[in-house]
Amino acid sequence: MMDYFLLFMGAVIVNNFVLTRFLGLCIFFGVSQNLSASAGMGMAVTAVMTLSSAFAWLVYEFVLVPFDVTFLTTITFVLLIASFVQLLEMVVKKYTPNLHKMWGIYLMLIATNCVVLGLPLINVESGFSFGKSIVHAFGSGIGFALAMVLMASCREKLRLADVPKSLEGLGVAFIVAGCLALSFFGFSGMIK
Amino acid sequence: MKQGLWGVFSKGLVLENPIFVLALSLCPALAVTSSVINAMTMGLVVTFVMTMNNWIVSIVRNWVNPNVRVPVYITSIATIVTVSELLLQAFAPLLYKDLGVYLSLVVVFAIILSRAEGFASKNTPLPSILDGFGMGCGFFLAMTIIASIREVIGNGTFLGFVVMPSSYSPPLIMILAPGAFILIGYLVSGCKMLIKHVENSKAARGETL
Repeated sequence: MMDYFLLFMGAVIVNNFVLTRFLGLCIFFGVSQNLSASAGMGMAVTAVMTLSSAFAWLVYEFVLVPFDVTFLTTITFVLLIASFVQLLEMVVKKYTPNLHKMWGIYLMLIATNCVVLGLPLINVESGFSFGKSIVHAFGSGIGFALAMVLMASCREKLRLADVPKSLEGLGVAFIVAGCLALSFFGFSGMIK
Repeated sequence: MKQGLWGVFSKGLVLENPIFVLALSLCPALAVTSSVINAMTMGLVVTFVMTMNNWIVSIVRNWVNPNVRVPVYITSIATIVTVSELLLQAFAPLLYKDLGVYLSLVVVFAIILSRAEGFASKNTPLPSILDGFGMGCGFFLAMTIIASIREVIGNGTFLGFVVMPSSYSPPLIMILAPGAFILIGYLVSGCKMLIKHVENSKAARGETL
């Protein structure tokens, strides 16, 4: 039990996907303009990551390994995740139209994204069990959402600040992200 | 026509540089630029994938049903990436290990898909190849610049050779994550200033871009 808890906390703060592994930066900089959008995005990413890494684990363990075609891992996972996201979008649209109104646009954005593809690849590489994969995926999703929300709050404040002309927009966003990464560094070494 | 082809190639270098201006495919720009050799390998792989993929997409563009074009493009990209992964694993196993998961992630780089969708699916093979190659060169260039700065300042070496005096104690932050973010922030704004400056001086001479 402790094992799982440490893995979860590690994924949320120590090995934060955005700030220490640099995955999902496109979304991180693209959607973090305002707080509610980034919170929605964070939740959508968490849901997709958890579900798709469970699928990916099953496919890897019961299809790719027995047939000895692990060199096809990348191509399989990409197609798996893209079609899974499509399917999820249809299901959500059919059964919970309200949720779809909130999440719909984000779902399409994450169909092909580094963070969603990177996670199952890292799970496979580290040889996690099924349970651990899911916990790791969920933790990473929460970590991603946390970073998004922090970043969005900073950027909302920045809009009122007097930033040098050439640094406006992306430039200052990167520097803020650097400061966030620096503060997350305080957690490093806390959990191996 | 010649000017047109040159324009197609060269716009990726500075004016539409994939990292500094378009700000696409940032993940590798930060993740593998802590040493120059890794960054250059990554740049080469991406150039190769983008050129090949643009070529393939521009050939098949008339036969692909528009509704399924994105899955087709992704399959094509994933195939080329797998090929380059296997090649690298066979001929440069150490580099392969260093690049790790980021190599597989070339599949989902926004820049590759956006070139396939935005350029190759509307153009004939020759300009498409040039476009992919030019964008790849711009990417390679940006990666090399970022990695050179990070390796020289953060580690005192360039391509593994010691270039700083032995009394120099490197600030580790440049190799670690925060330094990468901050450095790219300044590089992006530097690039913005440069382009603005060029535009202004052209406007002053009464030329149009």
